[in-house]
Amino acid sequence: MRVLAQQLVRLAQYVALACYIVFLGFPLLWLISASVKSSAELNSLVVSLLPQEWHWENYADALARQGLVSSAGNSAIVALASTALVILVALPASYVLARLKGAIRAAGVGWILVSQVFPVVLVILPLFLVLRTIGLTDSLVGLTLVHTTYTLPFALWMLQGYVAAIPVDLEEAGAMDGGNRLVVLRRIVFPLLAPGVVATAMFSFVSSWNEFFFALVLLQSPENYTLPITLSTFIGGEGKVALGPLAAGSVLAAIPSIVFFSIMQKKLTGGLMAGAVKG
Amino acid sequence: MTVATSSRPPTPVPRQGGRSDRRRAPSGLDRARRREAAALVMPSLLPILVLSVAPLLMGVLLAFTDAELVRRPDYQFVGVDNFVRLAGNSFFWDSFRIGMIWAVAVTLLQLVAALGLAQLLNSGLRLQGLTRVLALIPWAMPPVVVAIMWKMIYSPNAGPLNAFLGSLGLPDDINWLADFSTALPAVIVVGVWVGMPQTTVTLLAGLQQIPAELHEAAAMDGAGAWRRFWAVTLPSLRPILTSITSLNFIWNFNSFSLVYVLTEGGPGGRTMLPMLFTYLEAFKNRNIGYAAAMGVVLVVVVVLLLAVYLRSQLRDDRVETKKKEG
Repeated sequence: MRVLAQQLVRLAQYVALACYIVFLGFPLLWLISASVKSSAELNSLVVSLLPQEWHWENYADALARQGLVSSAGNSAIVALASTALVILVALPASYVLARLKGAIRAAGVGWILVSQVFPVVLVILPLFLVLRTIGLTDSLVGLTLVHTTYTLPFALWMLQGYVAAIPVDLEEAGAMDGGNRLVVLRRIVFPLLAPGVVATAMFSFVSSWNEFFFALVLLQSPENYTLPITLSTFIGGEGKVALGPLAAGSVLAAIPSIVFFSIMQKKLTGGLMAGAVKG
Repeated sequence: MTVATSSRPPTPVPRQGGRSDRRRAPSGLDRARRREAAALVMPSLLPILVLSVAPLLMGVLLAFTDAELVRRPDYQFVGVDNFVRLAGNSFFWDSFRIGMIWAVAVTLLQLVAALGLAQLLNSGLRLQGLTRVLALIPWAMPPVVVAIMWKMIYSPNAGPLNAFLGSLGLPDDINWLADFSTALPAVIVVGVWVGMPQTTVTLLAGLQQIPAELHEAAAMDGAGAWRRFWAVTLPSLRPILTSITSLNFIWNFNSFSLVYVLTEGGPGGRTMLPMLFTYLEAFKNRNIGYAAAMGVVLVVVVVLLLAVYLRSQLRDDRVETKKKEG
């Protein structure tokens, strides 16, 4: 009896797991399937996951579509530039955040938390006015600065965790050998931080690559649009768009973040876990 | 080192070593270190102050003006006029109500779904690797792509959801995102889908921290799986549950992109989240001051709700500890 009950529980668990797998995985599977279907098939009433014929040319269509490639270029420029800036300014600050206890640390961590609470809608209004006065609305430079600023808190949080993991003894040994602090930082701390920097850089890149709201408000002319904005105009009210190429473009837009998450799976969950619990 | 400089906070005792004696006087060292720290922090602090803290404060100030989004802005302070007007704006409060339904529903469903998945991932089944990767995919997708994807799923004519319902003999002509009664629930499902990964990995990590002995002891006492869940798992997860629900609630209440791309607030304002409403007021109607007042109201309400929630959680915690002590 008992064994049977246990087997029933196991069976129920597998059924539940299957439901989760379908719920979580099906939408992406459907998107990929749509990206290789012909438009005739996409509009037909016969609905199947496996395409009748494989239409890889949707990808070529998507890339040839006006604006998509140049938007992807804009996205890449903004994401790379803001990633470089984030790392450049966050690296020294995260060191201070991790090593010096007391008021600075408390204020820093406090701000990181507060920045999660307030809605960007409230910030965007004055931000828009400020950027407009200095001519940085509708500009990739302005968007880069904004992305940098809003990625910084979390990047600092990630990096300072990696700094805290480096034994202080190593630095003291370096200092004993006559290095001043900056030399110690450059020769000892930064090289050991390389994996943390890579992780933080990938996070910054993906945040900027995926970002929608600031780009929507700040960018006005289509030649400045980033990829998410261009994709969103395709499904807006203006004109019917071919679904196949749209799906193909969406798959392409999702690739950087999927690559990032499959590489970072374990580490990222650990870092976010720490952040969430302490929050 | 015994020189009395009492106002100084205690500095770490230098290690025994020839060189440390020849270092500069401790107070000078302190000051130098502080200056160094400031220099290292400044590059991060500056953009945050200029592009984040200052706009936030200005945003609050804007709420008391009649600012409009025009080329040559000319604002005047109008006191609390915006807030008085807002109190009587039934569209805003409708949107506020929708925002609360959305945030509470998504947060709760996310929690329940993620708790179930985390339990499954923690009970030694096969297919764990696959599920873990799948569980992370929604997290990785750009919100715009998520919206496009679900629009295809919900598509009234050639969408897989309606096809599936049709094959079961159920009505297969529902226009999920455009029907007044189904739009909000349909959008909530997408919100749950997007938010599940983070909640799941957080809860999974929490589950793995619960000592196995606790479960074994409870099982010895004859507690079944269900009882163990209520008596051991939930109380142990409590701090994590509190923090992840608070964060999820804030994130959900503040969310914008997903619903903006899915429905733009339609049909007939049925999915008009407060952030969308505020955005439209600012950038379509061009009333920045009024929109800022909405933003302020939203922040205040969220902070108040959280304060109440966290206080009740704290009180419950204290009651629990007392019970244990008593």
